Amino acid sequence: MAKGIRDKVAILGMGCSKFGERWDCEAEDLMVEAFEEGLADAGVDKNQINAAWLSTAIEDVHVGKSGVPLAVALRLPYIPVTRVENYCASGSEAFRGAVYAVASGAADIALALGVEKLKDTGYGGLPQRGRGVLNSMVNANGSAPGNFAQLAAAYRAKHGVSREDMKRAMAHISVKSHDNGSRNPKAHLQSKITEEQVLNAPMVAEPLGLFDCCGVSDGAACAIVTTPEIAKSMGKKNIVTVKALQLSVSNGIEAQHNSWDGSYFMTARVAAKRAYEEAGIKNPREQISLMEVHDCFSVTELVTMEDLYISPEGGAIKDVLDGFYDHDGKLPCQIDGGLKCFGHPIGSSGLRMLYEMYLQMQGRAGARQRKEQPVFGMTHNLGGAPNMNVCSVAIVGLEGA
Amino acid sequence: MVGIVAYGGYVPRLRLARKAIVEANAWSNAALKGGGKDERAICNWDEDALTMAVEAARDCLQPAERGQLKAVYLASTTLPFQDRLNSGVAAEALNLGDNLETLDITSSQRAGTSGLIAAARTAAAGGGPLLFLTAEKRRTRAASPQELSYGDGGAALLLDKGPGIAELVAHESKAVDFVDHYRGDGRPYDYTWEERWIRDEGYNKIVPPVVKALLDKAKVKGADVTHFILPCTIARVAAGIAKKLGMPDSAVRDNLASAMGEAGTAHPLVMLVHTLQDAKPGDKIVVASFGQGCDALLFEVKPEIAKLAPRLGIKGFLARRKPETNYNKFIAWNQVVDQEKGMRAELDKQTALTTLYRKSGMLTGLLGGKCTKCGTLQYPKSKICVNPNCNAMHSQEDQPFADMPARILSYTADLLTYSPDPPQHYGMVQFEDGGRLMADFTDVDVGKVDAGMPMRMVFRVKEYDPARGFTKYFWKATPAAGASAG
Repeated sequence: MAKGIRDKVAILGMGCSKFGERWDCEAEDLMVEAFEEGLADAGVDKNQINAAWLSTAIEDVHVGKSGVPLAVALRLPYIPVTRVENYCASGSEAFRGAVYAVASGAADIALALGVEKLKDTGYGGLPQRGRGVLNSMVNANGSAPGNFAQLAAAYRAKHGVSREDMKRAMAHISVKSHDNGSRNPKAHLQSKITEEQVLNAPMVAEPLGLFDCCGVSDGAACAIVTTPEIAKSMGKKNIVTVKALQLSVSNGIEAQHNSWDGSYFMTARVAAKRAYEEAGIKNPREQISLMEVHDCFSVTELVTMEDLYISPEGGAIKDVLDGFYDHDGKLPCQIDGGLKCFGHPIGSSGLRMLYEMYLQMQGRAGARQRKEQPVFGMTHNLGGAPNMNVCSVAIVGLEGA
Repeated sequence: MVGIVAYGGYVPRLRLARKAIVEANAWSNAALKGGGKDERAICNWDEDALTMAVEAARDCLQPAERGQLKAVYLASTTLPFQDRLNSGVAAEALNLGDNLETLDITSSQRAGTSGLIAAARTAAAGGGPLLFLTAEKRRTRAASPQELSYGDGGAALLLDKGPGIAELVAHESKAVDFVDHYRGDGRPYDYTWEERWIRDEGYNKIVPPVVKALLDKAKVKGADVTHFILPCTIARVAAGIAKKLGMPDSAVRDNLASAMGEAGTAHPLVMLVHTLQDAKPGDKIVVASFGQGCDALLFEVKPEIAKLAPRLGIKGFLARRKPETNYNKFIAWNQVVDQEKGMRAELDKQTALTTLYRKSGMLTGLLGGKCTKCGTLQYPKSKICVNPNCNAMHSQEDQPFADMPARILSYTADLLTYSPDPPQHYGMVQFEDGGRLMADFTDVDVGKVDAGMPMRMVFRVKEYDPARGFTKYFWKATPAAGASAG
């Protein structure tokens, strides 16, 4: 394996818009909102940015294609701007582009910005969209919740879990994320909920009820990255560096080959292993301090705890119900509310996860700040469906950790 | 000499209680009140004449028998395409190859029997084995008498030289432009004249001479007829004609009005299949039909019938029954009411005909791939084998999946996605010999689906493109229980 990019790139500044139903905003307004914060945090001039990556996944309902919308919205000085898309992991993809540009020496300072403006469709949930000419003739008449809901049936069958126990663990995950979201002023959903509310909510896609699903939000987030040397030369303290950045993409085994049992993410396991190796982490359950995972649905978060090798296989339900992943637990997961409550503007989400890790590392997370100084923060950003997906795992930490 | 070699049937699983139709409509048409007994077969939203014909064909033919077919005829007045060979779609779905004679027969309630006579001539002349399919999905106005008396269903007959299980001994036809009802171009519903006139001047004057001529030609006495088939929604007409021709009362076949209703031009052959399921060697079966004249066919049942492999036939599919009491569902599915479908249903549904042609085996025939290097079955077929320990290139041959048993690996019941019949069930089904597919489910019961459940694949409507009038077909998974004779 290549030796990776551990400590080669530092986060110079980050920004994140308020997430939510931003009825009064265009995507361009959200981009500027995130960028203003990120630029001020980085303490650089816009003209020092050498290259930029824009991530959006459902661009046909807002900015359209290409890097142009970012360049125009921010009035970037005719630098290279590339639009990237990799399902719901697009934000991590923009980050990867910027980080690799810096790691390679092609850029001194690079920008990754993700945006999604979803609330212009006229209905709730993700926009209906074409899947491609052939796929539309073959794919099941599904939805995102329906695709992820299937994890539950397969997980129950594999581990002999009752419908009730499964539903209760999933409920705990959502209650925890709402609790966390209540301490986050930028979160889309800031109200606490009870387990009873979750269990009695209307069904969306069996067994996922309304509170098992994350919010569909408008929002933008960005990162400005550079080398640790440049960051230091600018007088930056508590520098947060990238320890690992991995991506794993399905090649059709899950969808076509009977070796996958439907209860977990093959990609996440591959990406996590590689990320731990790149970051030099031997025992993730002990060494990871904080996690932001792709909790698009409660059941996704549940199985991901095992895919990231934090909970033992078949042990996620126990850890969840024991409060291991609560904000005051051993390893808080979604301390900012996660996709569930911070919200899920698709192209921004990977960057939003990193934003939280960055704030927590620097002790700037306000009411939701973890007391113990985090050492390694991990983000897990997934896109697609369990049987066909892309999974990004990133690990950041203070320089020298 | 020509005969029926095998038969198959199909009746949709849903049976709408006629009481539900009467309760919804008797306020506006009091004459319906007497018709609230029993039930009629209705297509699920994703069934039509073509899908029913394919299911009847699958009931009729073992997969191994399909390679030898020389012709496929399809008779129906409710085909999904006015100009696209419907029998050709059925042949593609059944993976019959392209070295075939195909023909659609339509425009009359006699299409089924007249088509069968033409098919028998073809088979007798060496054009067999010939697969004769017929099916009808009948559209009716709300509160019409036809809504009560009509039903949906189909039948399949395999014809070839020789006596088979039932030899066609003789046939007789007469053409009379007697318009008891008609359906003009572009009109969804039948326009029907007075029932008493249809009975007295139509059935009772046109049918008996034709059947008599048939019996005379075959030198068979009325008293020797074992089974008399004459579909008619008017009470006691068939029995009256049988009596007039000297047939025993016991010969008059149940017209299945109480179990499924009348399946239009398919109904004589639906009743024939139903009859063959009761028949014994030596039985003489008269099949008569009425529609701008009359056709009559005489079959003699042969000893070979005892050797026919088990199949569901009409009886088996009648037993595979799901009662439905929601009339609103029926009228919504049949576009009788203008139902709000929500914005999610607005997505454009255009079909790329280039892609459909390139991938017709994959899409219409559910053909996947089998790797000749490692043996891995996979859907769809691809240039590089999916088996991570193989990944051989250009190694796959066609592998049919439609008839392979499968089980549910994962599933959901989805209320978010647009479906004509929510919740939309779908999930990963895993085939017995390898391969899997994330498939829509159909004909499932809410709350009775779980991982591990045995499933079989069925050819169904995937969606309808209302902007262009194009019906898209694909394969779905349905519970195997009750859906196979094995």
